[in-house]
Amino acid sequence: MQVASLHFRERAAGALANERLQANLRRFGSGFADKRAAARRAFGEEAFEQLRDAAAEIRDRALGDLDAWLLRFEAEASRRGTTVLWAQDADEVCRLVLEVCRRHGLAKAIKSKSMLSEEAGLNDALGAAGVNVVETDLGEYILQLAGEPPSHIIAPAIHKDQDEVSALFVKHHGRPATDDIARMTREAREVLRPHFLSADLGISGGNFLVAETGSVAIVTNEGNGRMVTTLPRVHIAITGIEKVIPTLEDLSALNRLLPRSATGQDIENYFSILTGPRAPGDADGPEHMFVILVDNGRSGLVGGALKEMLRCIRCGACMNHCPVYQTVGGHSYGWVYPGPMGSVLTPAYQGIENALDLPQAATLCGACHVACPVKIPLPDLLRTLREMQTDRGLRPWGERAAFRAWAFAARRPWLYAWATRIAARLLHWMGGRRGRIARLPLAGRGWTLGRDFPAPEGRTFRDLYRVGRKRRA
Amino acid sequence: MRVGLFVTCLVDLMRPRIGFAALELLEAAGCEVVVPGGQTCCGQPGWNSGDRPAARALAEKVIAEFEPFDYVVAPSGSCAGMIKVHYRELFAGEGAWLTRAEALAAKTYELTDFLVNVARLQQVPGRFAGTVTYHDSCAGLRELGVKQPPRALLAKLPGIELREMKDAEVCCGFGGTFSIKFGDISAAMAQAKCERIQASGAGAVVLGDLGCMLNIEGRLRRAGDETTRVLHVAEVLTAGK
Ligand code: SF4
Repeated sequence: MQVASLHFRERAAGALANERLQANLRRFGSGFADKRAAARRAFGEEAFEQLRDAAAEIRDRALGDLDAWLLRFEAEASRRGTTVLWAQDADEVCRLVLEVCRRHGLAKAIKSKSMLSEEAGLNDALGAAGVNVVETDLGEYILQLAGEPPSHIIAPAIHKDQDEVSALFVKHHGRPATDDIARMTREAREVLRPHFLSADLGISGGNFLVAETGSVAIVTNEGNGRMVTTLPRVHIAITGIEKVIPTLEDLSALNRLLPRSATGQDIENYFSILTGPRAPGDADGPEHMFVILVDNGRSGLVGGALKEMLRCIRCGACMNHCPVYQTVGGHSYGWVYPGPMGSVLTPAYQGIENALDLPQAATLCGACHVACPVKIPLPDLLRTLREMQTDRGLRPWGERAAFRAWAFAARRPWLYAWATRIAARLLHWMGGRRGRIARLPLAGRGWTLGRDFPAPEGRTFRDLYRVGRKRRA
Repeated sequence: MRVGLFVTCLVDLMRPRIGFAALELLEAAGCEVVVPGGQTCCGQPGWNSGDRPAARALAEKVIAEFEPFDYVVAPSGSCAGMIKVHYRELFAGEGAWLTRAEALAAKTYELTDFLVNVARLQQVPGRFAGTVTYHDSCAGLRELGVKQPPRALLAKLPGIELREMKDAEVCCGFGGTFSIKFGDISAAMAQAKCERIQASGAGAVVLGDLGCMLNIEGRLRRAGDETTRVLHVAEVLTAGK
């Protein structure tokens, strides 16, 4: 997928001006966050926090020995009949999938949700090669009809309202409009059913790779994942290399956190552990199973300043708790991953210079860090990225100069006292009788676009304190 | 006990009366309060903007100025958080400076946290009547865990009624330079916060950080709300004196 993150500012402005989107975002609001809070309470808050510690530790253990666990996964998966392929980057993912299609004569693919296929731009590549692709996750299906990318990693069409979906269905299904959600869902199911039955390739993501058994674990809420991975002749699971965990025991710990953190569910509706293709005597399953392990920038994070980011289990809690995300929506971020995790991943994978705004577009409020099931210190990582921007000379000249001047003055109390004394008087005067400023000049303009600036009282604390002390003495 | 009052750069410039209120509260709690005259800023703007050298230079200055005291208190969760949590990161891996930074961190407190948990202030000097709602500032809440202290202190005022708003813990959209760099997003976030405040039905929103205060007040007034008051918790606790 193309990276449009350099245009965050304009995209966000567009999102703010889009009333329909704003209404949809408001409706989404704190829904998932409230459900997570309820699930955490029901689980026991202390136990939940212990589980978060344990989960972070499990992920770090796996990442600390990533190459070894991946080789173990490959060996165990191969032993059970799965073919493991390795992809360096997005292009190689597409090449490998097309290669499998060619070798097995596959012409039609059904997909369950896979953010990695978004990274790879897989749908376009398959379409260009003449392979018909149908998304089967309801949200992804809606977006395929609309020709849009996901705006949330677990609720991809959260930015759309029911009327928009209904209009899309009328246009593409040619059936009369309905405002009954159950009927719309049934309609989608009816349209998708023949695709499930006629596809010869199923493409899925993978939530976890279990090294000790060579299994791919997949969670969904709609059951489409189960059909995608068992009905067609060939199944390809595409996942990032960081998704590997050592044992089934680890899987059970992490999957107690994933649904609770994501949607507040105790467990997802469907939880599959896929270990190899159909064996003789099995009731179902594909004839061939492939796992494509994708790097696409991940190995560059191992052991580095952003290494904690690799713990991510893609639950979406950070965006559900992010007030910036809830204000501008997922599309503003300009690449596959939105919200706090996207603001780290996009510059990390696509180049710091290609996403300059993302690490800056955060208040560092810490809500994401507190919600993250694997305790990724997202605000710290965003700050680290800001530091990298400064170190590489990627900040605007004016900003650097302003900080230099400020730091220079703040180290010299007499100069600082003099400057603040003038500033306090000047701003106080500008505030007039009402004590507030409607338009600040220069950099301050950003503030007064949507707010007044409350004027200072007129004298600095230190001034008044000094005078008061003299008087008292 | 000798307490060094770190007034913070925003209080110094914008709202001296909050500095005096903090001073009064500390004295009411029986502390001997000293205000080092050369203090300026804790370095947080540099730290949050990725300018480590600038942040570091100021951190060294603050450490040298404040290490003689038994305690350091600031009427701000984010400045106290900077000293308590981030100085350690700033000097990570450096022997002598790290030791000094950690020693300072250990005795630095946000004002209400200090008044309740260290100085054990029994009676507050102010008189305030009316309904208030409390906005939890991000750094105070999530870096320092300050949730109960301001509420406990407010509850000591006989005439006050606290009406909690929904999403009291959600960021108001200030975020330091974020409020200028992304003024439109920041103002939209402030608007969401203002709506929660207004929906609480309280006559005043009380909080513990200058940044949030200016942000919320600025948005309320711009949106035409001239009546909802925006007050620092120290002002409320010393009101009417
Ligand atoms: S960063 Fe944490 S909260 Fe965000 S998606 Fe990843 S695991 Fe979930």
